[in-house]
Amino acid sequence: MTMHAQIQPAPQFGETPFTRKKRRNEKIAQGIFAVMVACIVIPLFLIVGYLIKEGVSLISWEFLTTNPTGGMRKGGIWSALLGTFWLVGTSLCISAPIGVLAAVYLNEYAKDNWFNRVVNLAVVNLAGVPSIVHALFGLGAFVLFAGMGRSIIAASLTLAIMTMPVIIASTKEALAAVPRQFREACWNVGATKWQTIWRIVLPNSISGILTGVILQVSRTAGETAPIMFTGAVFYRKIEEGNLFAYGLGDQCMALSMHLFTVTTQVTNAPHALPFAIATVLLAFVLLVNLTAILFRSWLRSRKKW
Amino acid sequence: MVTPKVQVENLRLSYGSKEVIHGISFDIEPNEILGIIGPAQSGKTSLLRCINRTMEFTAGTKMSGTIRVDGEDTAKMRDVYGLRRRIGMVAPLPVGLPLSIYDNVAFAPRAAGMNNKSELSALVEKCLRQAALWDEVKDRLDSLGTKLSGGQQQRLTIARALSHSPEILCLDEFSIAIDPVTTMRIEDVLKELKKDMTIILVTNLVQQARRLAARTMFMWNGEIIELGPTEQLFGDNPKDKRTHDYVNGIFG
Amino acid sequence: MTSSRSALSIYGEKAIEWLIRICGVSAIIFVFAIFFFVFREGAPFLADEKFSLWKFLTSTEWYPTSMSNIRYGTFALIAGTLSVTGVAMLIAVPFGLGAAIFVSEFCTGKLREFLKVIIELLAAIPSIVWGFIGLTVMNPVIQTVFHVQVGLNVLNAAILLALMSIPVMVSIGEDALKAVPDSYREAAIALGATRWQLIWRALLPAAKNGLLAAVLLGVGRAVGETMAVLMATGHAVNVPHSIFDSVRTLTATIAAELGEASEGSPHYRVLFLIGILLFTITFIVNLVADFVVKGIKNK
Repeated sequence: MTMHAQIQPAPQFGETPFTRKKRRNEKIAQGIFAVMVACIVIPLFLIVGYLIKEGVSLISWEFLTTNPTGGMRKGGIWSALLGTFWLVGTSLCISAPIGVLAAVYLNEYAKDNWFNRVVNLAVVNLAGVPSIVHALFGLGAFVLFAGMGRSIIAASLTLAIMTMPVIIASTKEALAAVPRQFREACWNVGATKWQTIWRIVLPNSISGILTGVILQVSRTAGETAPIMFTGAVFYRKIEEGNLFAYGLGDQCMALSMHLFTVTTQVTNAPHALPFAIATVLLAFVLLVNLTAILFRSWLRSRKKW
Repeated sequence: MVTPKVQVENLRLSYGSKEVIHGISFDIEPNEILGIIGPAQSGKTSLLRCINRTMEFTAGTKMSGTIRVDGEDTAKMRDVYGLRRRIGMVAPLPVGLPLSIYDNVAFAPRAAGMNNKSELSALVEKCLRQAALWDEVKDRLDSLGTKLSGGQQQRLTIARALSHSPEILCLDEFSIAIDPVTTMRIEDVLKELKKDMTIILVTNLVQQARRLAARTMFMWNGEIIELGPTEQLFGDNPKDKRTHDYVNGIFG
Repeated sequence: MTSSRSALSIYGEKAIEWLIRICGVSAIIFVFAIFFFVFREGAPFLADEKFSLWKFLTSTEWYPTSMSNIRYGTFALIAGTLSVTGVAMLIAVPFGLGAAIFVSEFCTGKLREFLKVIIELLAAIPSIVWGFIGLTVMNPVIQTVFHVQVGLNVLNAAILLALMSIPVMVSIGEDALKAVPDSYREAAIALGATRWQLIWRALLPAAKNGLLAAVLLGVGRAVGETMAVLMATGHAVNVPHSIFDSVRTLTATIAAELGEASEGSPHYRVLFLIGILLFTITFIVNLVADFVVKGIKNK
C-alpha cells in the first residue's frame, strides 16, 4: 500500500478506507475462485500422474500386442485393445452419418413448428438417457428382439444411439456458425437447398463437424455399461497381429470392460496390471481429445470470413 | 402495348400477425431503371424478396396478391430456381461466398448444370468485366472472395448476380457499405446494363434514384405514396406533399 | 442458361433430401424405441400378482436372489442414488459455478484457454477410470483422513460424481454468463461496483436460469452414472445415515445383477423396471433443464 502511494503522488481519486476495503474484497473474491479452480484442476494432474507412475512399468509394445494369459494375470491386452477399436469404429460408422444428416435436417430443413420442436426435445432427452438404460435397450432391442445375440454389431448399435445426440448437437452448432447471408446469396442465384448445403454450408462447417465426431471417439472408447450386456465378454483369445481378428458377429473384449474385470473379478492380479490398463485407456482417450481440441483451435485461426 | 416486365397486383405481406405491405400494385417496363425510395421499414426489401420468392425461406410469412414476370404468375411457376436465375439480386451488405473469386462467379452457372470449363471461364471474365472488377482481380482469381475489400466484394456480388444472365436486376441499397467513388463506378456500370435488362434500384440515397432512374416509386409504411417520372417526384410539385418532404429531407 | 441440370442430379437430390428427413426424425424413433424395448422387457412383471408397485418403491428389502424370501423393494437403492447425487451436488455446485465464474469473469487469454482445455479433458475421463480411482486411490485416502473402516461409501462416490459433473456445469454455466450482455458489466463498473458486487448483484441474477440448467444437467449426469458408483459406493443395500455409509445405487444394481439374472425371470424383469424408473427420472430432469434454457433464449 505504501508503495502505491509513492508511485501515485497526490492522486485525484485517492485511496480512502472505503476503496481500500473494496480492493481487498476484490482480491479475496478472486483468490477464492482461483482456489476453487485449483481444486478441480490439480486432482486431474495428480490422478493422471499417479496412474502413469504405477502402471508405466508394465507398458511395452509386447503388452499392447499380446493376448492376456494366465487367467488374465499375465500377458498383454491385445484382444481388449483391438475390441475397443472395433467397437469405436463400427459405432461411429453408424452414428456419424445419421447424426450429421439429422443435424442438417434440424438446422437447414426443419421449419419452426410443433413437430420439429418435439424432434429437438427428443434429441435433448436422448442425450440425457443414462448409459445403463442404453444397455438395457441394447439388450432388449438388438440382442434379443433383433436376434443379433451378444455381438460387436449389437454393442456398436447401442453405442451409436448413445453418441448420436452429441454428434447432432455439435454438428448443429457447426452448421449454425455458417452465416445465414451465405445461404441467402446462394438461394438468390437460383441454387437449390441441397446445392447450397453441399457446396457452401458443409464445406465450411466440416471441420467443426469432424471435431465433434472425434470427441465422440474418446467417449465411446471409455464406455463400459452399454457394452457389458450387448457384446463385450470377460475373456477372449484372438489371433495376435491380425487387425481383422474380430468379425461383426463376434463377441469381443474391450479395454474399459477389461479394466473392470481385472479390478473387481480377478484375484491376485499383479498390482501394476490395472494401472497399466487404465493408463492405456486414459492415454488413448486424452490424446484423441487433445487432437480434437488442437484441430479446432487451428481451424479457428484460419477462418474464411 | 408491350407486356410489362414485372406486374405486381394487390400484393400483401405479413410477418406473423403484422402486415408490412398493404396491397400495392405497380408495373415495371422492360429495360427501365425503376428507383424505389423510402425510409427504413417501409417494405422495400420485403418487396424484392417477394419477387424472387426467397420470402418462402422466412418462417411465418404470409403473402397474397399476384406477381407476374413477363405475364406469368410467379406463384404458379414450377421451376422456382429458374425464376430466381432470371432475377439477379444484390443485397445491401456485400456477401462474398467463402469460395475463390472464380468459384464465386461460377457458382450459379454450375448450380444450373453448366460444366464446360472454357465456357465457364469466358462467362466469369465477362461478368467480372461487366461489374468493373476484372482488372483488379484478374491475377488472383484463386484467392478467397471473402478477403476482398467491401467495395470489391460488392462488385463481386454484382458479378455473381450477372453470372446467371438475369433479365431483371434487383439492387437493394447496394451502396450502403461502400465508398462514394466505388458507388459512382457501379452507377456507370448500371447505365451500361440497362441496355440488356430491367433494373430495380432500391436506394436509401434519394439522389441516386434521381441520377439513374427514369421512374421512381416512393414507399412508406408498406404503401406506395407516389409512383411517377423521376423529375415529377423530385420537382417542385409532386402529387403528394409527403414525397416533397421526404426527397427534400424534411422527414425520413 | 444454355445448359440445364440432368434428371439424375435432380432425382438424386430428391433422394438425399428424403434421407435427411428420415435421419432427422430418427431421434424421436430412438427415444420411443428405448422406452418401448425397456418397457417390453420389464412390463410383464407389472401384471404379476406377486408384484406391488407400492412395495417396489417403498420397501427397503432388496433380496432378488434369496432362496426363501424374495423381495424387490428399491427404496434403499433410490435412497442410495439420491444420497450420492445430493452430496455430489453439494460439492459440485459451488465448485462448478465458482469455476464457471472464474473462467468467464476473471480469466483472459492464455490462462482461460488453458483452463477450458483442462476442464474439457476432465470431462473426457471415462467413468470406469473414475471408478478405478475411487477403488484404488480414494478408498485408502478416505480411510486415513476420516479414520473410518470402509473407504467405499457415499462420500467417495460423491466426490467422483462431483468431479465428473463439474465440467458439464462449467461449460454450460460459462455459456450462461457469456450470454449476459457486456452492457451490464460496463454499467456496473461505471457505477463503481467491485467485480465481486458486479458478479453477485448483476451477473448471477441475470444468468440464473442458465446456471440452474447447468446444475440440472449435472444432476442428470450424476443420477445416470453407473460404473464409477458401482465401484466406489461399496455396493451395500443400505439406507445411509451418514456420508461414510456404504450404499448401492439404482444404476449399479442393474450393472451388477443383470449378468446373473436369467432372461425372463422376475429378477430380470425387475431390473428393467428399475431402468424405466431411471429413464423417467432423467427424462424429467432433462425436460425441466431444457425448458429453463429455452426460458432464457425467449427473453
